[in-house]
Amino acid sequence: MATTSIEKEDAIHPGKPVVVSRYNLGARVNHWITAISLILLALSGLAFFHPSLFFLTGLFGGGQEARAFHPWIGVLLFFSFAGLFIRFWRANLPEKSDREWLAHANDAIAGNEEKLPEAGRYNPIQKFNFWVMSLLIIALIVTGIAIWDQYFFDWTTIPQKRVAVLLHSLAAVALICIWIVHVYAVIWARGTLRAMTRGSVTGGWAWRHHRRWLKELAEHHRFKKPATPAE
Amino acid sequence: MEPSPRTATSNPPVAASATAANLGERDLVRRSASTIPPPARQLEPVAKLIDVSKCIGCKACQSACVEWNDTKPGLETNTGIYENPHDLTPDMFTLMRFTEWENPQSGNLEWLIRKDGCMHCEDPGCLKACPAPGAIVQYSNGIVDFIHENCIGCGYCIKGCPFNIPRISKVDHTAYKCTLCSDRVAVGQGPACAKACPTHAISFGTKEDMKTLADSRIEDLKSRGYENAGLYDPPGVGGTHVMYVLHHNDQPEIYSGLPKDPKVSPVVNAWKGMAKYVGFAAMGLAAAAGMLHSAFTGPNRVTREDEEKAEDLVKEKT
Repeated sequence: MATTSIEKEDAIHPGKPVVVSRYNLGARVNHWITAISLILLALSGLAFFHPSLFFLTGLFGGGQEARAFHPWIGVLLFFSFAGLFIRFWRANLPEKSDREWLAHANDAIAGNEEKLPEAGRYNPIQKFNFWVMSLLIIALIVTGIAIWDQYFFDWTTIPQKRVAVLLHSLAAVALICIWIVHVYAVIWARGTLRAMTRGSVTGGWAWRHHRRWLKELAEHHRFKKPATPAE
Repeated sequence: MEPSPRTATSNPPVAASATAANLGERDLVRRSASTIPPPARQLEPVAKLIDVSKCIGCKACQSACVEWNDTKPGLETNTGIYENPHDLTPDMFTLMRFTEWENPQSGNLEWLIRKDGCMHCEDPGCLKACPAPGAIVQYSNGIVDFIHENCIGCGYCIKGCPFNIPRISKVDHTAYKCTLCSDRVAVGQGPACAKACPTHAISFGTKEDMKTLADSRIEDLKSRGYENAGLYDPPGVGGTHVMYVLHHNDQPEIYSGLPKDPKVSPVVNAWKGMAKYVGFAAMGLAAAAGMLHSAFTGPNRVTREDEEKAEDLVKEKT
């Protein structure tokens, strides 16, 4: 099996408990800029999606302000996500073992991870979320520019804008659903959030959820001493 | 039914006896992104009738519009066409559009001049598309009006409109279009353009009166050989409160692309209808799935055994 799942920043810090570095500072900052942009985009976008949510424009200073900020935040998200994409696309490439893992998807959802093939840095559901999110963000930036009338009105015809605005809203809904799954999974699999806050997980977490990743790290002697609790 | 101004044949003087100002909140039948109670009273539907066969292309209507609405369309360059400005703009709510059309039957060159502007649809696509509460309203007399203080400048009205009418100002980022001189109609006056028209090609009054007037005009045109003369009051948008008498009503497209069967685009209807339900259902299901999953499986915790296994692995390799 190819060891595509190890990233440069990954390292085991022996100790009790074992700590494993998963995301360096750059990756975490990049992630949280993306996360905050996505939340702001969802709030301002939902305000335009349905009248019952129009009050959300108040968070941005009013309707005019929400309308003006939304596309710029979208540009920020696009580039920020592009950073995440460049960091993580290799680790998210599909592998042969993913097929078998998905055949046991029921066990994954039930939390019976011992019945699953050992996962690398990402499991197939995480990979699916990654690629779907990437495609949706491309769809959103393309359709978003088509309806960014302030600067790009002449780039598209009105019938094209109609299709763009419909696709933009549907893609946004799909992205919000993926986001809900993502956030829920982090909460469900306890001990995951610290990967994006402190940058590390415990050895037990890695053993339970991403055993092949942990084994590969050990195999390649990716050890760091002394163990520092912060990294 | 409350009376509306009848200015089909003449313009009434501004007098104390003029209709008490109407077209306030209580006369609204539709308000964008809002649910409102039905209006307490019904105003008589009004309409502007534009008789294309009587138009001489003098642009007095455009001048009157600019004057009444106090807009200042910028100077443009002459590109060899009659339209001036070249298109509707946030400062030009009405525009004479000129077409040189060769009639294949008679071989005659016909100069077709159509005064373009908001049609004041009974079923307004702009209002349907608008996400800002109260930025677009429709009064019970049929006038569709933009309320600029509520407009957020998103341009959704442009996508909703089947006639390509609204324009967003680069200055205040709000949408502009013909108001049918709602501020004049509210006090019993006809629109400025109708008042200025030297050939009475533009008439204004109750929609019923305008239809009667149109009938007499169509009869006249037919007697003079325009067998396809007719009234343009497209049913696809529920009829309009700006109507045309066209000598070639069988082919409205020849009048600078006047749509033959305008209706709110099915894409806009899907976006404003189905997409909302599907969207909320999908987001609700995703959230509900998470809650149910949490209730049935509980949290997925790392065990002491997992930590020991990891420690053993690390010991083995170091």
